[in-house]
Amino acid sequence: MSVARTWRTRKQRYGLMGERCDYCHNAIFPPRDVCPHCAEPAQREFALSGRGAVYSYTTVFDPPTGFEAYAPYPVALIKLEEGPMVTAQLTDVAPDQVRIGMPVEMVTRKLSEQGDEGVIVYSYKFRPQLQRPALTA
Amino acid sequence: MTEVKDSVLLRPNRPVGVVGYGAYVPMYRLPAREVARVWSGRDAELPIEEKAVAGLDEDTASMAIEAARNALARGQIDPRRIRAVWVGSESHPYAVKPTSTIVAEALGITPLTQAADWEFACKAGTEAMQAAIAFVGSGMAPYALSIGMDTAQGRPGDALEYTAAAGGAAYLLGPAEESLAVMEASLSYVTDTPDFWRRAHAHYPSHGQRFTGEPAYFHHVTNAAQLMLAELGRKPGDYRYAVLHQPNLKFPQRAAKLLGFKAEQIQAGLLVGRIGNTYAGSSLVGLSAVLDEARPGDRVLVVSFGSGAGSDAFSLEITERIEAARPRAPQTQDYIARRVEIDYATYARMRGKLLMK
Repeated sequence: MSVARTWRTRKQRYGLMGERCDYCHNAIFPPRDVCPHCAEPAQREFALSGRGAVYSYTTVFDPPTGFEAYAPYPVALIKLEEGPMVTAQLTDVAPDQVRIGMPVEMVTRKLSEQGDEGVIVYSYKFRPQLQRPALTA
Repeated sequence: MTEVKDSVLLRPNRPVGVVGYGAYVPMYRLPAREVARVWSGRDAELPIEEKAVAGLDEDTASMAIEAARNALARGQIDPRRIRAVWVGSESHPYAVKPTSTIVAEALGITPLTQAADWEFACKAGTEAMQAAIAFVGSGMAPYALSIGMDTAQGRPGDALEYTAAAGGAAYLLGPAEESLAVMEASLSYVTDTPDFWRRAHAHYPSHGQRFTGEPAYFHHVTNAAQLMLAELGRKPGDYRYAVLHQPNLKFPQRAAKLLGFKAEQIQAGLLVGRIGNTYAGSSLVGLSAVLDEARPGDRVLVVSFGSGAGSDAFSLEITERIEAARPRAPQTQDYIARRVEIDYATYARMRGKLLMK
């Protein structure tokens, strides 16, 4: 990815910044010019919660250039709470522990490095939702 | 010329406090006995139990983002009202290019904000915190975000490899009346003492062995704490909690004793045994663990230490807003409990200690 392209998409990559359609009110990710649900112009910025569940997954053993350092790593389709489906790496989880339906949450992590001297690309990934003890009143 | 006697306490014009705080500790743990197995063959008198290690896709920027998200979740303010994002670390991902702009962008704070990276070994985070207090306290900014975060490196086989760890915390500073802890005062104590350093292109730091103790850590930590307490007219007994920079278990325990604090006062914030020395994050993640359990009216003393060398001491008083803010984000112990043990080989891969080309 060129520096300009990663820069252009930084908001959506760092924090799942999508859109909410003014006409049909569906959540949209990634952001685009026309709503994929109702074909009206879509432009209201909307930060997705980052919570969702694993819809399907696989493990990458033979990674593309820039991702070699992380293999093997799991990649999943994540169904977000607000509706959109995103493809993303899973992190903080061993590939053999991933399950369909597993509740996950978005974190911002290092996605790739363009060599020792290039830029570091950060992006959303998903991890199993943090276990927290039940809140006491 | 007549001598002017200023107060040595640092106090802003308008009262400032912590509006939100958030911790982050990565999930991997390298036991000290595993380092000993590889390098010394002796596992008696290890400095800590185990240390937290950042995953392959984690660095100071990604960890700072998560801690800052937790701080904002507790503070519940519009991120566009934050006028400074200051990240203190000795492991910024870039030599030139701020970590703070990445954090500010990820949190929706850009573009109307200050952004800068701070450097002062292990006290870069508290240095940023003092600046944030001043920024808010002067009335220049409604809110400022200060973060201490590190993915510390130790030379393979060196004494520091047992403890150099990853983690830290973020603090959102704002008006005292909105805060969960009021910043009563702070004090800085700095001298030119070369106990630990890393030259510009070196991978690993160097240190002065035992020189890191008396003239460095103990001198600065105890002086900063004693001077601040004296100026405030306080005694150790006035504080429910004390958090001291924790490079190992021994140093903060001994410094606390020298200052007159009891073991139970430092217990809650003493995390080094289970997560290691998180450098710029060390005293700040200790404070976040204290805020996770403190009650309104409790007083907290925090003293950082940065090699080179200096200490920042802070006096905080917890307000009733702590109870509502606390459950809005994961607590420090939630991260510590998320533990995956790794061996030395996995650690060497994760921390880039293997020469690949």
